[in-house]
Amino acid sequence: MIAATEFEVKVLNFYYSGNVHALKNITLPVYEHNITALIGPSGCGKTTLLRCFNRMHDLYPGNRYEGEILFKKENIFSEEIDVIDLRSRIGMVFQKPTPFPMSIFDNIAYGLRLKENKKISDLSEKVERALPEVLLFDEPTSALDPISTAKIEDLIVNLKKDVTIIIVTHNMQQAARISDWTGFMMLGDLIEFDQTDKIFTHPSQKLTEDYITGRFG
Amino acid sequence: MTIENRRKIEGFIAMTLSTLAALLGLFWLIFILGDVLIHGIKALNFSLFTNDPVPAGVAGGGLRNAFVGQIMITLCATLIGVPIGVLGGTFLAEYARGRKIARIISILSDIMVSVPSIVIGTFIYAMLVKPLGHFSGWAGAIALAIIMIPVVLRTTENMLTLVPWTLREAAFALGAPYYKVISQIVYRGASAGIFTGILLSIARVAGETAPLLFTPRLR
Ligand SMILES: Nc1ncnc2c1ncn2[C@@H]1O[C@H](COP(=O)(O)OP(=O)(O)OP(=O)(O)O)[C@@H](O)[C@H]1O
Ligand SMILES: [Mg+2]
Repeated sequence: MIAATEFEVKVLNFYYSGNVHALKNITLPVYEHNITALIGPSGCGKTTLLRCFNRMHDLYPGNRYEGEILFKKENIFSEEIDVIDLRSRIGMVFQKPTPFPMSIFDNIAYGLRLKENKKISDLSEKVERALPEVLLFDEPTSALDPISTAKIEDLIVNLKKDVTIIIVTHNMQQAARISDWTGFMMLGDLIEFDQTDKIFTHPSQKLTEDYITGRFG
Repeated sequence: MTIENRRKIEGFIAMTLSTLAALLGLFWLIFILGDVLIHGIKALNFSLFTNDPVPAGVAGGGLRNAFVGQIMITLCATLIGVPIGVLGGTFLAEYARGRKIARIISILSDIMVSVPSIVIGTFIYAMLVKPLGHFSGWAGAIALAIIMIPVVLRTTENMLTLVPWTLREAAFALGAPYYKVISQIVYRGASAGIFTGILLSIARVAGETAPLLFTPRLR
């Protein structure tokens, strides 16, 4: 059974300042409570695509999006969207941890405090409300040993029942192990997007097959 | 002579020269401090801090008014200058980042850092003392604040620029609005540097005399 779509990326083009065309006509669905993996050689635009979902590129002047990403049927690039609210609903886990210059407790509580709603007294309800609906992971295990990697993978799979997950990874076994859908990218193009089983067993594109069998990249 | 020996000798010479240079600098500092202490220690007593000066030629008296005036004027200058400087630096490094206006203000404040302080004193004299018709401590504090602002502003700007963008990104990604990212995350990351800038600017104005010739009433 195919779940409802959380995101629909429609003919998305992205330009870094200076007119670097980093994403070219990307179109793909992201299904609710599924794990979507993005794979591809270095510099193909995986991180760039991931950072479009929470409009992280807005922070730097000169970056430009074209096209649409529908989040719950609403275009996240439209004028009416409150980016602050969007970012609190779509969480992001960076490749390198960046602790804030404060205590570990305050670090962990930071996101919760941002959403603090004085009217709600029940802590579990507070936590509930502070949880994002989507999580974006950028190579979360690239610096970890196999045991820690396995723990993180378990965690991600467990989170699937609560949130929708998009994960960028260089590790194809990881994509095969945990994801439901896989997108293969190259040079800013989405070459193929399909169910993970299909991508890793019967890819429809020659490029995909070459990449997953290790012929390049 | 082997290469190794030559390196050792060169290293020794460099070390000796730099040690001598450091000692030469320290010597004068110790000499001045020692001389002042030797001749002045007997005048250092409680009444120096509790009594006002007496007319020239009369024995006794203290410097109470000078101490109190110094503290009050410096404190007022800090209260005026630091918030303006820090907020201005924040504007340049964050809100106006990469815009032309930021460059222009940065350059202007660099120029202001090197303006002779007596010029600022006469400026305040013309702008405040003359129109109001009387000297005042406030005018002095404002003159000192004007000297502080560019120093604090430029250090704040530089320190904020040094805070890595990954830190801001992490806060933005949690859905923090920009003012919270700045006040709760960026300031924390840059606090040591900003404080150094504030202390330096206080040290600078605490030693100023020229702008005060024209502003508070001197007796
Ligand atoms: N800030 C930037 N300004 C200009 N070009 C950029 C910027 N960041 C990335 N690029 C370019 O965009 C393209 C895609 O980069 P991106 O970081 O998305 O690749 P990636 O697939 O995540 O690679 P990796 O696997 O190495 O992480 C690259 O060609 C890169 O040089
Ligand atoms: Mg990347």
